[in-house]
Formats: sequence, C-alpha cells, structure tokens
Amino acid sequence: MRSAILQTASRYLLPILLLFSVFLLLRGHYYPGGGFVGGLVASIAFVLHSFAHGTVNTMKVLRYKPLTLIPIGLGIASLAMFMPVFFGLPVMTGLWLDEPIPVIGMLGSALLFDIGVYLVVIGVVLTILFTISLHTH
Amino acid sequence: MTLNLYFDYVIFPILTVTVILVFIRLFKGPELVDRVVALDLLITIGIALITVYSIRSAEAIFLDVAMIFALIAFLGTIAFSFYLDKQEKK
Repeated sequence: MRSAILQTASRYLLPILLLFSVFLLLRGHYYPGGGFVGGLVASIAFVLHSFAHGTVNTMKVLRYKPLTLIPIGLGIASLAMFMPVFFGLPVMTGLWLDEPIPVIGMLGSALLFDIGVYLVVIGVVLTILFTISLHTH
Repeated sequence: MTLNLYFDYVIFPILTVTVILVFIRLFKGPELVDRVVALDLLITIGIALITVYSIRSAEAIFLDVAMIFALIAFLGTIAFSFYLDKQEKK
C-alpha cells in the first residue's frame, strides 16, 4: 500500500510521537505514564512508519535490529535494581538525589529502571510485529 | 440548568444511544469494511465519553488517555485497511 498522505504524515508523526513517548517516560513518577506506556507509544511510531514506507525501510531508519534493545534494557533495569547493594542497602531500594533537577524533577534509580523497561518494551513489540510483517509477504 | 446536569441528562444519554446504534452495525455489518468503520467510530465515541467525563470531573489527566486511545484507534484502522488491501490483491 503506497499512500502519499500517509507517507507524508508518518514522516512528521515519527519524531513527534517519539518526543511524546519520552514525555510519558519522564512524567511516570507523579502522573499516568511510565516506561511501559512510553515504550508502547514509541513502538507505535515505528509501526506507523513501517505501514507507510514498508518494513524494510523502517529497519533502515532504526539501523540496529530491535532484538538488541532487549538485553540493553534488561541490563539497565538490573543495574538499577542492584545499585543499592553497593551502598549497603537491600536490593530494589529507591535511591534519590537530594536536589531536584529542572524540567525532569527528582531523579532516582526508579527512572533508570523505567528507561530499562522502555527499551525492553520497544524491543519486544518491534521484534514481534516486524517478524509477523516480514513473514506474511 | 448547570453544566454538570446538562452532561448527565443530555450528553451522556445521547452518547450511550450512539454506542448501541453503532454496536448494532458492528454486529450486523454485511461487509467487513462496515465492521472496520463501526469499530473506528466506536473508539471515537469512547474518546468523546472520556473527554466529557474529564470536563465533568475537572481532571485534565484523562485527556492524555483519550489522546493515546485516538492514536491506537488510528493505527488499528490503518492496519485493518493495510491487510484488507493485501487480501484483495491475492
């Protein structure tokens, strides 16, 4: 399916949706949002791009296989999990900086864990959907 | 008549009746295309319900839910038409 309207729209929607997904990721501590929903919105952006331009072209935009995002995300999440152990605290204790950072707000190990979840969700969803769409041709 | 009463006795009943009518089309729908359009319209009415409820309860956070809902509905309709198009070419 080659639609000029959809192709033009998806070219502008991809960066906007990625920005919205980062916004959802950073907002997750106090309001609805977080790593999972942010990852879903980011993967929706890429899926929309793949519907308009074809899956092969979206793989070129991504450059790396989405499967490689899963171990990176799991590594970041487990780093956030075991970081308190080095400070003599139980596993999964929330570590927080004393001063809030402008725009982002309070920064802690929970955000690192959320970034890990974000990358894992993008990797899993894109791997599943790209595998399906490449094998149905 | 206050705004909240107007929502409760006019807007919400109208939207509820619309959901029932669209659901009949979704259930009967002679063609698959009718069902796809009915599903899209059903989600659009859901967005309208969320928006009205967000105004009624004065919670701006619900609008984000409606936004993501609209996004997923758009993607779903495109996916349906994408695969219908592919099916017809075979």
